[in-house]
Amino acid sequence: MGAGHGHVLYRESDSPVHRLPPEVKIVAMVVFTLAVVATPREAFWAFGAYAVLVAAVAALARVGPRWLLSRALIELPFVLFAVALPFLGSGDRVEVLGLRLSEDGLHGAWNILAKGTLGVLASLLLAATTTTRDLIVGLDRLHCPQVLTQIATFMLRYLDVLVGEARRMRVARISRGDDPRFLWQLRGFAAGIGALFLRAFERGERVYLAMLSRGYTGRMPAVWQGEGAASAGQWLVAATVPVLAASIAATAVVLS
Amino acid sequence: MHISNGIIDGPVAAIFAALALAALTACVLRGRRDLDDRLAPMAGLVAAFIFAVQMLNFPIFTAGVSGHLLGGALAAMLVGPWVGALCVAVVLVVQALIFGDGGVAMLGLNITNMALLGTAAAYALIALLLRVLPRTRAGLAVTAFVAATLSVVVASQGFVLEYWLGGTTDLGNNLGGLAGTMAGVHLLIGIGEGLITATTVLTVAKVRPDLVYALRSLRAPAAPAVPVAGGAR
Repeated sequence: MGAGHGHVLYRESDSPVHRLPPEVKIVAMVVFTLAVVATPREAFWAFGAYAVLVAAVAALARVGPRWLLSRALIELPFVLFAVALPFLGSGDRVEVLGLRLSEDGLHGAWNILAKGTLGVLASLLLAATTTTRDLIVGLDRLHCPQVLTQIATFMLRYLDVLVGEARRMRVARISRGDDPRFLWQLRGFAAGIGALFLRAFERGERVYLAMLSRGYTGRMPAVWQGEGAASAGQWLVAATVPVLAASIAATAVVLS
Repeated sequence: MHISNGIIDGPVAAIFAALALAALTACVLRGRRDLDDRLAPMAGLVAAFIFAVQMLNFPIFTAGVSGHLLGGALAAMLVGPWVGALCVAVVLVVQALIFGDGGVAMLGLNITNMALLGTAAAYALIALLLRVLPRTRAGLAVTAFVAATLSVVVASQGFVLEYWLGGTTDLGNNLGGLAGTMAGVHLLIGIGEGLITATTVLTVAKVRPDLVYALRSLRAPAAPAVPVAGGAR
């Protein structure tokens, strides 16, 4: 559960990518991913070009390849599936059909592997260069409805409350003579999950009321103060990557 | 359950993205009315809770997707169907944007399955069962358990429908197998989810029954006078 922190993936730095306003980065990342997904899977060169783009942005953001690749392991289940796909396809009853399916399966595996990896790398780059607070400010500036940004704000705020409360309950159990090994810990955790929820809620409610009494109106001050919003120049700078990706995708579609 | 990029083809993903956007707009419009001073922190906590439990992932090899707890029933129970769907959607958006969990291009599909189908199925069951079953703690527990279990299975069948419409690899006759695998695995996951949902809802209903959205309509109309400050819109 400790992995729930929004800050875990953030890499403190002062690179040009870190300094870009969050809304610009979100749009760039989404457009890049859409371009990757729209690319026909037979256009192998296009995926190489996308990888070069990702590597260039990573270098600009001073995110090392080792960090990036080790975090990309989140998609390992999908990679394993991609390996299994050609065998699954050929496991069909008819020989001829099996051969055709196997080729389709190979292409499908490559498709999932390439597009999935590029998507994960793009979102990791966004996470590494944007704090969760900035992410919400960016979503708000992109006119995401306030109900959603409000829920997102509290979600990220309460994750820490929830994790902290779980830790306190665990310490309380241990100090009362409980011996939490893996399975036993799971059992104790399951028994206490309702209490955990309630305790976290009451703490969270106090946080919320404290925020209200200090003038919280549902939006973060950084949004209505309007400081640090993206300038036209920053939009242009950040547009280079998605525009390049879109032209690669367009070329690949035309060539195929 | 998170579909990653490249599993479903572009046009189908786009159609479901449009569908999800329309449904979420309706949820935003209805949810705004629900979101008062008690529901706002609850919605945040429900989202945080779902975010945390969705971290426990079990890969399903024959489907290319991972199974995990969904939280749609918990959300529907505690904050209602509209805000509940928004909570799950927020979790999915944040996961896709910064954790790479579920592709950004597949967000419409993921939101349709988990936020819309899951929550809607759960709330329909909750509304039905709360009327049919006796109004006791056991009745509430059974309601939460059944709604959570079945909503997970319904959400998993949403994926099967989408794969049938636009899967990038033709599985041929294996599609029935896919449906069976997904239903079977998610029935197991659903039982776990049902236990967690029932435990949590029971505890909350015992200590703070005012916080359980699904129980609001069943109580006497004399609602407790809680002042609603501005800003919690």
